[in-house]
Amino acid sequence: MDIIVCVKRVPEMAEAEVRINGSGKDIEKTGLVFDINEWDEYAVEEAVYIKEKLGGTVTVITVGSEDVDATLRKCLARGADRAIRITDSKLEGSDGYVIAKVLSRVIRNLPHDLVLTGVQASDDGYAIVGPALAELLGIPHVTLAKKIEFKNGFVRVNRELEGGLGEIVEVKLPAVISVQTGINEPRYVSVMGIRKAAQKEIKVLKLADIGLSENEVGVAGSWIKTEELYMPPAEKQAEYIKGSPEEVASKLVEIIKARGLI
Amino acid sequence: MREIFVLAERRRGELRDITLEMLTKGRELAQKTDSELTAVVLGENVEGHSKILAEYAKRVLAIKDKKLEHFNSDIYQKVLSYLIKERKPLLTLIGHTSYGIELAPSLAVSLNIPLATDCIDVEFENETFTVTRQIYGGKVNVKASLQKAWSYIITVRQAAFQAEKTQLTGEIDEIPSPLSEEMNEKRFVDYVLPPPGGVDITAADIVCAIGRGIKDQNNILIGEELAEALGGVLACSRPIVDKGWLQSNRQVGSSGKTVKPKLYIAVGISGAFQHIVGMKNSDLIIAINKDPNAPIFKAADYGVVDDLFKIVPALTQKIKELKSAKA
Repeated sequence: MDIIVCVKRVPEMAEAEVRINGSGKDIEKTGLVFDINEWDEYAVEEAVYIKEKLGGTVTVITVGSEDVDATLRKCLARGADRAIRITDSKLEGSDGYVIAKVLSRVIRNLPHDLVLTGVQASDDGYAIVGPALAELLGIPHVTLAKKIEFKNGFVRVNRELEGGLGEIVEVKLPAVISVQTGINEPRYVSVMGIRKAAQKEIKVLKLADIGLSENEVGVAGSWIKTEELYMPPAEKQAEYIKGSPEEVASKLVEIIKARGLI
Repeated sequence: MREIFVLAERRRGELRDITLEMLTKGRELAQKTDSELTAVVLGENVEGHSKILAEYAKRVLAIKDKKLEHFNSDIYQKVLSYLIKERKPLLTLIGHTSYGIELAPSLAVSLNIPLATDCIDVEFENETFTVTRQIYGGKVNVKASLQKAWSYIITVRQAAFQAEKTQLTGEIDEIPSPLSEEMNEKRFVDYVLPPPGGVDITAADIVCAIGRGIKDQNNILIGEELAEALGGVLACSRPIVDKGWLQSNRQVGSSGKTVKPKLYIAVGISGAFQHIVGMKNSDLIIAINKDPNAPIFKAADYGVVDDLFKIVPALTQKIKELKSAKA
């Protein structure tokens, strides 16, 4: 099975302080730690797992600058065979739709039985690329996959719905599947493995190589355009309890006790 | 007059809340754009839901077809793309749910019209729609405009708008199903119900929930001890279940359970929107997290910005002391 995995490198936001940059249209990225988008990490693991079971190849593809190579190397160390990066300054300001267009131009020329993406990226959170890519490739898709199985040219997916419910959906191969977190346990990548993967080639493509013109990408080719970023207004803000752990604990106990809960 | 479509979301005989939330926002947008609000409902037995929808919209378009009873994005896309081409609505609102995530992007690509996803607000300005979205884990908001087009699709976040009833009695138009040939590329097989039994976190008065901040499986004990001292139950946010540390029946949030306890303590939970919708209606919310910018503090009544590994054991200790003094 020839599997393509689309990945993105994103800033780690969990404990980071966010500042809006001078343009007002993006955040200040200096000082942030970047790594593979959490959803994509599960997608790469799933692809490698399927390859180990059924044979075939895994190719990782990304759109981004040279900085993304560290992420691609990690994917290669995890078990991917090849990596492709599409880099072009004209892609600045592209939304999920443009990314899907770019990926579709590359993937349509590669053997692909299965294309995996993460459900969404943790930075812009569009959740568009997977299903938009499928439509551009003219193949079916399933989003929010929690389990993937194969039988007779079909892929059977357990997809996550709301409130603990799931559903089983079957689609014909080739297909695009967007992977939800928790589908597997991403393996540990050793430093040794990353070093070995450093020898594998990363193919770099520019816009001209994939036959897209300037007005089909960037802001001009996008569905949506960023006007401004701003800090979310606090409709409600917690009252902060301060002091030593013992003082904080005492104050919290008083609050809980006042509600008759102790 | 142009229309604003709201796609009703139904599952297993239920009309989902997002539908009425979208209709309420849709009504406001219809007024501002001189459009008419139209609810679109697809399924086999849609009479009951059509009547409810008619109380919220000017018109209900109902397409009755057995093939539409269970959601299937391929089939829904075919029907909606037919309706949008036929009636040229200014806007189609769809829920940013497991249903809209599967349907909206490919529908927009096939119609070649712009889509904005997961929006918490929508306005009409300068002949196009402007949306508000949350990015970078809810730490920043973005205002974005859609590229000008003959029609637009916007998916709306759950609970972003509050459903309000109206005095409307919209007309119900039944439209013949445009589906003729069988579509076999994608098949709905069955629902998967959560495994029965186990703990019921929705029944507890006190819920102590742990999140990514606990770092290691062994640290679950810290949360367990606090829950036990308070006589509550242990719950968690999504990453804990993803890692396989706790079972999914303890997960609070949109893909897990919705809880409304008398006390909810969030330990090491940053507060992604998907978590917040599952606990925000708790009577008293206390959040402990070392990141002062964590969105959980906007949902909490009381916050402690500190190391949970220091605060939680101290709190557990104090509660135990108090309880043993009482006894």
